[in-house]
Amino acid sequence: MEHIVIIGNGISGVTVARHIRKLSDKRITIVSAETEHFFSRTALMYIYMGHMKYEHTKPYEDYFWKKNRIELKKGYVKTVETTSKTLHFEGGDTLQYDKLVIATGSKPNKFGWPGQDLEGVQGLYSKQDLDTLERNAPNNKICNRAVIVGGGLIGIELAEMLNSRNIPVTFLVRENSFWNGVLPEGESAMINRHIKNHHIDLRLGVNLKEIKADENGRAKSIVITETNEEIDCNVVGLTAGVSPNINFIKDSEIETNRGVLVNRHLETNIKDVYAIGDCAEQRDGGIGQRRPIEAVWYTGRMMGETLAQTICGNKLEYKPGHWFNSAKFLDIEYQTYGWVFAKPRENEAHFHWKHEDDTKCITVCYDTTNNKFLGINTFGIRMRHDVFDRWLTEERDVDYVMQHLPEANFDPEFYKHFEKDILSAYNNNLQTA
Amino acid sequence: MSNKINHSMSLATPDAQDISTKQKVALATGLIGLLILVLAFFNVDLPNRALFLALSLGLITIGTVIYSRDAYLTKLEGIKNDGVWFKSISSRGALGWALGIILTAFYVILYFYPQYLGLGKDGAANTGLISLFDPLSNLLSGRNASQWFVYGTLYTVAIIAFGYKFILKYRHNRYQQLRTISVMFFQLGFAYLIPEFMYVMNSDLPYYDLKSVWPLNYYIFDEWSVNGFLSNGNIGLALILFGIISIFVITPILTYKYGKRWYCSWVCGCGGLAETAGDSFRQLSSKKMSAWKLERWLIHTVLVFSVVMTTAMVYTYLGYDSNNFWLTRGVFIALVIGFLTLVFAAVLYFRGKELGKDAKMGAIGYFVVIALLLAMHFTGTTDNVFFVQGSALRSAYGIYIGSIFSGVIGTGFYPILGSRSWCRFGCPMAAILGFQQRLFSKFRITTNGGQCISCGNCSNSCEMGIDVRAYAQKGENIVRSSCVGCGVCSAVCPRGVLKLENDSMKGRINPTEVLLGNDVDLMELVNQK
Ligand SMILES: Cc1cc2nc3c(=O)[nH]c(=O)nc-3n(C[C@H](O)[C@H](O)[C@H](O)COP(=O)(O)OP(=O)(O)OC[C@H]3O[C@@H](n4cnc5c(N)ncnc54)[C@H](O)[C@@H]3O)c2cc1C
Ligand code: SF4
Ligand code: SF4
Repeated sequence: MEHIVIIGNGISGVTVARHIRKLSDKRITIVSAETEHFFSRTALMYIYMGHMKYEHTKPYEDYFWKKNRIELKKGYVKTVETTSKTLHFEGGDTLQYDKLVIATGSKPNKFGWPGQDLEGVQGLYSKQDLDTLERNAPNNKICNRAVIVGGGLIGIELAEMLNSRNIPVTFLVRENSFWNGVLPEGESAMINRHIKNHHIDLRLGVNLKEIKADENGRAKSIVITETNEEIDCNVVGLTAGVSPNINFIKDSEIETNRGVLVNRHLETNIKDVYAIGDCAEQRDGGIGQRRPIEAVWYTGRMMGETLAQTICGNKLEYKPGHWFNSAKFLDIEYQTYGWVFAKPRENEAHFHWKHEDDTKCITVCYDTTNNKFLGINTFGIRMRHDVFDRWLTEERDVDYVMQHLPEANFDPEFYKHFEKDILSAYNNNLQTA
Repeated sequence: MSNKINHSMSLATPDAQDISTKQKVALATGLIGLLILVLAFFNVDLPNRALFLALSLGLITIGTVIYSRDAYLTKLEGIKNDGVWFKSISSRGALGWALGIILTAFYVILYFYPQYLGLGKDGAANTGLISLFDPLSNLLSGRNASQWFVYGTLYTVAIIAFGYKFILKYRHNRYQQLRTISVMFFQLGFAYLIPEFMYVMNSDLPYYDLKSVWPLNYYIFDEWSVNGFLSNGNIGLALILFGIISIFVITPILTYKYGKRWYCSWVCGCGGLAETAGDSFRQLSSKKMSAWKLERWLIHTVLVFSVVMTTAMVYTYLGYDSNNFWLTRGVFIALVIGFLTLVFAAVLYFRGKELGKDAKMGAIGYFVVIALLLAMHFTGTTDNVFFVQGSALRSAYGIYIGSIFSGVIGTGFYPILGSRSWCRFGCPMAAILGFQQRLFSKFRITTNGGQCISCGNCSNSCEMGIDVRAYAQKGENIVRSSCVGCGVCSAVCPRGVLKLENDSMKGRINPTEVLLGNDVDLMELVNQK
């Protein structure tokens, strides 16, 4: 029986395993160094905040794996030998495969800051990182202040986590407005205010110069490059993005760049070796307007679904549909469908509407040459994925979308609706434009 | 494994470092209110009962109000679940167990030893706790309090005070606010005040909570109850007719349009208490597959039991002779069997395919009921069914289901099993409504395409123990008979994945792996079976 070995038990690895099982009887082994069972990385924050316990973050009950004949092996793969199709583990044991799927995810970026490896300095990616945080910052007596470096999605989650235990947080963001490489100005500005309303000390347009140690080699303060200000703290969270976790294959035959290079079929340069999820990098550049490395949950899942088909004999290209994503900034939910870039590109325009309560807004992007609807960002208003997916496929124009916005509303029943306000703002905007 | 180290194990000051001074004061206020009740319980002679009762209930309410305001209004609107799995009381810690034991003890005394609460027997004056409530009972209905009046009052106070807390907790969510106002209204009006006033108007009428429908209200068809209604002329007749119409007309229509939530989350008192006072314990319900299996067995057994028991009760006081009254035992049994057969046939005809394996279980249940009924008819003598007295069956039901299950375990075990274990495992009403919700209703929880990140917040806060995530992460709508439509899963979802809606029956159940975001060809492939 063909033996499929998958390194990584994250969403990508587990999805490919589940779908291979649906389609075939092949022997499947999932290897991971992190946890025994698959858990939802996106839920790490809720464990620290006490909303859930670790076991609640496991999407499948523990009996699931045995029942579906998916073997689990805990261990860290040190090297991959592709000629003999062997994995070598840190503990010295080995594992043979017929086909190998690399789904090893990401690791937090570190940019060579002085002091970045001190005690009390950490990223937030793995279950181990969470345990470390629990030790470093159990409460505000042991951790009087935490400094977070890097204003992205994980940074703001870490800020929310620490805030939930009343630990004062200073949040260093290099950009002059939160996540404005992705978010248009109005949205980014609204989130800046929301962060501050949560009593988080948000510092915009600043860089980390160094982390200073106390006599025990623990972080005791950080220094800001621009102002030379020194801020005392017990924990430093490094959340300046992630990059593929592939050091262990750098010496193998498998071709890598920032990630493991794959073609549209998710195949690497070596036969029978594939890569999916956060660690995969599209060889010919991103698909459509996507990036070559897509470190989000959904794309990992979709790659897993696609690859299972290929492995089971139905060779398929990875063809993701319309882009979508979502996140939550403290209390404000965010969803996006299609493409809305931070600044309108050539022949693009944005329409922006914001509610006076400063927690809801939308930005719609359209093509100025033919009025085609290109995408929407929505904050504080839930919208329907399938409706926008359909409108994007049907290439609706922006007027149609604005007029039919109520169809896309996904807020709970009895919520106040704002489509009328949005439409009239849109119409006014057209008149004055 | 606990993720929190240095956790306070102290009973007296659970996580005291986490609550503000104001909250401590509020807690103390509420506890003083409770203390008055405890003093009364131990027969401490309180001089002015009316004053002390008002003081006690007032302090409890005010304490809860102040506590809630400080806990929620000092923060921005949003999900307020920080620390629920750290706090001793809400994570089956020492405090949780202590509360569970106290509540359970209270229920045992209430149901089986009301004399310890001070119930005066055979016309004797009340003492202790019950006597404390005499002034209020006299004010409302001109009679002295009973243990049920005490219970009803505390129940109502709990729903109102904790309902207020719940409304503040979800102040960004109008669905949550409106349904909470609704259960507060129905509890105060329909379950508490109106029956008292009905008594004032006509003291012979049996206690009747208009919103309580059979089989929850399992005693409505008891002989004393029916006689009580019938001997009271038009109003009594109207009430019992209303009871029958509720079962056969109002309930099916509303459930078709809105799902069982119209009752379980908007009207019902048991649901009301679970959602308000029990809210802190909702995450404790088990989401395991094994719990689901147990649930299906238990709840349907209770349903079968309550159908047979009610039929038996009515049966025992009907006659054989059609000259006296057209509804004889034979006719009645035939009617019941005919009705059940009609329901069963209709379900098989319209939904047989969809039910698949469950249809077999349904068939077994159906034949068990029919067999029991026939056996009853042919073995029964005047008072005996199955060779036991009909009333014995009825009181067994009353004790085991009505008291032990719904009260002692259902509520007493809130801090252990979660807030809706009665609704989930034992309520025959929930079983009937759920049956209909699963098969003939416009209600579903829609899943928003591919947006789910499998975080588990939804499953965690489902008090009915539904593993919502298992559906959401597949892009599948949630159509479950047990869902009471509380909407909390939708509220807590950080990615806006879930929406409770009533929409057409078509495409309501989409048991596919349609995860949007993929290329269309792949979605078709994945869905090929
Ligand atoms: C805090 C946080 C919040 C997030 N929130 C969101 C969100 O809201 N939405 C979203 O779209 N995305 C989110 N993400 C990103 C998302 O979690 C990732 O894109 C996704 O988990 C990647 O899945 P994966 O299967 O590719 O890899 P991973 O989940 O990283 O799994 C890889 C596994 O492989 C193991 N492994 C690696 N190397 C080896 C080796 N040599 N030997 C053995 N095992 C190895 C790792 O230990 C790990 O367990 C979040 C990420 C984090 C950290
Ligand atoms: S599925 Fe959602 S709405 Fe239904 S009972 Fe559970 S939490 Fe409530
Ligand atoms: S539906 Fe929402 S709450 Fe439930 S697992 Fe998915 S993202 Fe989390």
